[in-house]
Amino acid sequence: MYKFDFVAPRSPEDAVAQLRDRGPGGKLLAGGTDLLLQTKARVVKPAYVVDLSHLQDLERLEHHPGEGLWIGAMARARDIQLSPLFQNGFSIVADGAGLIGSIQIRNLATVGGNLCNAAPSADVAPPLIAAGARAEIIGPDGTRSVPMDEFFLGPRRTVLGPTELLLGVWVPEPAARSGGHYLRHTPRKEMDIAVVGVGSTITLDGERCADARIALGAVAPTPVRARGAEEALRGQVVSPDLIEEAARLAAEDARPISDVRGSAEFRRHLVAVLTRRTLTAAWNIAKQGGTGR
Amino acid sequence: MSKQPLEMTVNGEPTEVLVQPYQTLLEVLREEVGMTGVKEGCGTGDCGCCTVILDGKPVTSCLVLALQAQSRPVRTVEGLGDGDALDPIQEAFIRHGALQCGFCIPGAVVMARALLDATPRPNEDEIRWAMAGNLCRCTGYTKWVEAIQDVVDQTTEGAMK
Repeated sequence: MYKFDFVAPRSPEDAVAQLRDRGPGGKLLAGGTDLLLQTKARVVKPAYVVDLSHLQDLERLEHHPGEGLWIGAMARARDIQLSPLFQNGFSIVADGAGLIGSIQIRNLATVGGNLCNAAPSADVAPPLIAAGARAEIIGPDGTRSVPMDEFFLGPRRTVLGPTELLLGVWVPEPAARSGGHYLRHTPRKEMDIAVVGVGSTITLDGERCADARIALGAVAPTPVRARGAEEALRGQVVSPDLIEEAARLAAEDARPISDVRGSAEFRRHLVAVLTRRTLTAAWNIAKQGGTGR
Repeated sequence: MSKQPLEMTVNGEPTEVLVQPYQTLLEVLREEVGMTGVKEGCGTGDCGCCTVILDGKPVTSCLVLALQAQSRPVRTVEGLGDGDALDPIQEAFIRHGALQCGFCIPGAVVMARALLDATPRPNEDEIRWAMAGNLCRCTGYTKWVEAIQDVVDQTTEGAMK
């Protein structure tokens, strides 16, 4: 283990102050399932870590009916998987959180950690992008809000400044007749990292698609929206043929690389398959009178 | 960088130790507290040998800093059972021969205990999903599942009597 100092802040504001006062070399420690791997491997060498694990306010999950759902940055993946709040309209978030690691890992891993670690394959990113979520950030000068699809800058890079902290994400209430779903492909059922992940949401107006969002994971330096596919859906009568066309366009929107987990060609194929499956699932939920409200 | 005091409850006993800020809970439990039933397999959260119950939830203690356990209860394999009596899960593992080399077993029985505490009557599928974060290179898992199912069946029979 790389040797670093340990700071236990009393509040998010104190955490920001600690980062500012102690200067460069600080890392925020959430669940630790990424950061401690990186410090063990000496890929990351922090001078000090600022531990957020005793800031229980950051673990809050709160539904404000008609407005949206607040997910504190320190909410554990396992808590989201088990929370009744995520079983209806917000189920797409639990689809992603429930796929991370094992139960032991999900009891540690946090939504904020998964996002701020900014792996292109992060399983909570496509669901939150597809759900139109916003990142709520605190820094020395106060708070700011960033749309989730603008949060990532590159592999392991986000919009967060060196003295900023992610407080949580705000997921707006889904429209009445809408649905969403996230799926990923992995060679193993559990304990694996996405070769490709796709999160899709769809909102219906009659038989037409009023709005759709498709977010792709692990096919670009950051999670990305398949805007060509979204555009093809908007305003059209939804049908299996239309979904097939959107899936084809989503594969064109992807910019995958070849690596140990899969070739670019295979990933592009997976984008089409997973886009078709998640859109179909989202469409079915939306048709059944929406998402639980 | 200096050692910091850590107060936690280990298997019901209030425990105070001085730890380095970069030490993992796994290291401290083994080296400072003497709970050597907690095993380090991979050190990267993949194998589950270091599973302990932190604040009521099973976690891989190799990916937790010791100081993150400040003021929290920790339960290790040493805290299973009651005095000389083994936990029913441990009894069932023995009865079913659900171990060979034994290295992964402390983590596995702690995980199985956490499963049954949260879900007293899991089906086979639920058992397999719950145990997915515990790797065993000897048994092939079938006997683990049988042993855990046996505990479930016995509990169910006991409740019906």
